[in-house]
Amino acid sequence: MAGAPDVIVIGAGLVGTMTALGLVEAGASVTLIEAAFPGGGSTGAAMGHIVAMDDSPAQLALCAHSRKRWGQLAASLPSSGEVDRCGTLWIAADDAELDAGRGRLAGYANHHVNAEAVDARALYQLEPQLRPGLAGALHVPGDAVCYPPAIARALTDRAAASGRCVMLRARVQALAPQAVHLSDGATMRADAIVVAAGVASPDLVPGLPIVPRKGHLVISDRHPGMVRHQLVELGYLQSAHTFGAASVAFNVQPRRTGQVLIGSSRELVGCNMQINRELLGAMLRRATDFLPALRRVRALRTWVGFRPATPDKLPLIGRWPAIDGVWIAAGHEGLGITMATGTADLIVAGILGRQPPINADPFLPDRPMPAMAHAG
Amino acid sequence: MNGSRGVAVDVLVVGAGPAGLSAAITAAEHGKRVLVLDQGLRPGGQIWRHRDAAALPVGARAMLERARTTGVRIASGARVVDAISAGELIVDFRGRVDRQRSGALIIATGAKERFLPFPGWTLPGVVGVGGLQALLKSGLSLSGARVVIAGTGPLLFPVAATVARAGAELLLVAEQASWSGLAAFGARLVSKPMALRQAVVYRWAFRNAPLRTSSWVTAAEGYGRLRRVIMHERGRSSVIDCDWLATGAGLVPNTEVAQVVGCALDVDAIRVDALQATSVAGVWAAGECTGVKGDAAAIAEGAVAGHAAAGEESTANGRALQRDRDAGRGFAKRLAATFAPRAELLQLAHADTVICRCEDVRRGDIDPAWTQRQAKLWTRMGMGECQGAVCGPACAALFNWEQNVARPPIGAPRCGEWGEELGETRDERRETRGGGALSS
Repeated sequence: MAGAPDVIVIGAGLVGTMTALGLVEAGASVTLIEAAFPGGGSTGAAMGHIVAMDDSPAQLALCAHSRKRWGQLAASLPSSGEVDRCGTLWIAADDAELDAGRGRLAGYANHHVNAEAVDARALYQLEPQLRPGLAGALHVPGDAVCYPPAIARALTDRAAASGRCVMLRARVQALAPQAVHLSDGATMRADAIVVAAGVASPDLVPGLPIVPRKGHLVISDRHPGMVRHQLVELGYLQSAHTFGAASVAFNVQPRRTGQVLIGSSRELVGCNMQINRELLGAMLRRATDFLPALRRVRALRTWVGFRPATPDKLPLIGRWPAIDGVWIAAGHEGLGITMATGTADLIVAGILGRQPPINADPFLPDRPMPAMAHAG
Repeated sequence: MNGSRGVAVDVLVVGAGPAGLSAAITAAEHGKRVLVLDQGLRPGGQIWRHRDAAALPVGARAMLERARTTGVRIASGARVVDAISAGELIVDFRGRVDRQRSGALIIATGAKERFLPFPGWTLPGVVGVGGLQALLKSGLSLSGARVVIAGTGPLLFPVAATVARAGAELLLVAEQASWSGLAAFGARLVSKPMALRQAVVYRWAFRNAPLRTSSWVTAAEGYGRLRRVIMHERGRSSVIDCDWLATGAGLVPNTEVAQVVGCALDVDAIRVDALQATSVAGVWAAGECTGVKGDAAAIAEGAVAGHAAAGEESTANGRALQRDRDAGRGFAKRLAATFAPRAELLQLAHADTVICRCEDVRRGDIDPAWTQRQAKLWTRMGMGECQGAVCGPACAALFNWEQNVARPPIGAPRCGEWGEELGETRDERRETRGGGALSS
């Protein structure tokens, strides 16, 4: 393509808005199409963590790069984005878990992610409310939490203010080579089309290996200082890694408001909005088991969200060869907020033919995939 | 968890106001074991809130007595927290959370006050019309205090009477509806001589205060405490120094429990059929939560629901009962038409007027073109302590928004207790509930 490209971005979640802004800043002209409002899908239901997750080397590489980019972005975001660099403590229930946690330090070091193992005494100094008898933790001080829908709103406004991004409220019906058909019958053409529609992406791109992985969250009333770091049990990776069976894991965050955000659960039941009270109960009991002080904390409300999950636990980022001009930026499961910055970088580099900041091959959407467990 | 609270009953009633008591008595008279859950310290609901039963109207006392003689059990200070299913609620019994199973469920959760924001409406000293009455009944002294009452609907009269009898200096009673609307409404009351007589008794009680129609508060002022109100009185602006302002824009149905059980709504009221059945099998609803209509109609609806929930559908379908109930629904329509907030009340909030007091969201932070969900996610409106109980109905009126569906829990239970009751913590539950774990 000659000169600055015209790009359509479908979906104004955090991945879509970040990508639209990245494209605009790289000189492209962008139309950002959203059926509802920016940040209203999985972005609005997310916990909002910016973490260095290391389930695989590729995952850690993208997380580490993305986290660095968040660091550059954070200062320019409005306070409503609630970016708080509280750090993560990966809690080890016993010595075996702590040893396993120590084994991850080398990987972190390879990606310049600051992390250290802390013993039980140091852990209770950092988080006095944790239950007695824990072995220690892996402390990742550079991790952060944020409030994603407000950031999606701010990024949309910033992209629009550039004068090169048009926000279009419409529903996309189907894709064609370098074109999208809208539900009102209109057709729009562009040099490139980025599908950033999260769990809805397979509706537009048949065969895209993404399934909704449902989660529940609970938010508490205000208890400032009760929890100071994002707390995750080291068993979380196991819960996140295994597909199929429903599972819960201890994951809580301190929020700017003084509230405690309590997760997490995973299940494959399609886009079913019903609250699974049995799973929610297991999730709450898991949380109060690790953090007994939570037993007396009041729960204000609960909600569900849908993570766009892929079989190999890595997002789909890059060209979709089956349809000319179509790019995918979806399938981040629980890491869409973290990886939004890095995903935007990879898409911008791809569309503009620049060198990507990290190896993009592990994320190519048409890579070989293990078979997917399907939900009913 | 020793269990008498958790024992299954035939009919569980939520709310011990006129509708709930009527439903409970009716079901109990069919020989059903009936338990009523009520948030209040004593049964009676908002309308019959009392410290001493001797102060209650004769009809209310008779009803409480009938509840006793028919064996209706009433759990006071009991709040519904969540619903496992229509037949199994999670209930906070005065701080102890337990499951409560039942064969049938009757929801009679009444109504709550609606507030339309105006500058200063969050100042201490500004309370709801019903809220002021509740404060008085719980022991607040208004002796010598200067009070303005400015609201709408039949609630104004009894509250003004209570305030006057409490020795307050009642400066003004303002009704936003027009005199002609009020007169037409009053004329229809000829068919209800008791109600008309009651209105005269109330008016006599507050005879020293002026009553103005087409009048409303445009602003409340003061530093840290209410000092004065700015009134719009039939086209003229006036300033009244006062200590208390009781205000509100009428009542709206209380539907949280119904929503968490899964009942469908019609706009803001629980949808019910001719037998008061909701959209969920085994669940009936009666009284103000199905549309604001007053206590007489609520009692008729309660009786219909009580018969139906006891399996006596032909009795529930009885002509006299149905006629009373239909008359109540007709009255509800006239109430809504007469006392609908006028358009001027929707324009009172300035850009810096608080809409959501829990999260300090202002009118200017909100774009009417949004949905309520968008406003919530973008501004935190409705995310606070009251979970949109106040700003939700206000925004529905102000911006014509459809309200968000209520999600559990109700009333902020402790994570520990809620989590335990959601789980399989007792062997008997495993037996009764069987397979299908972790699927929804």
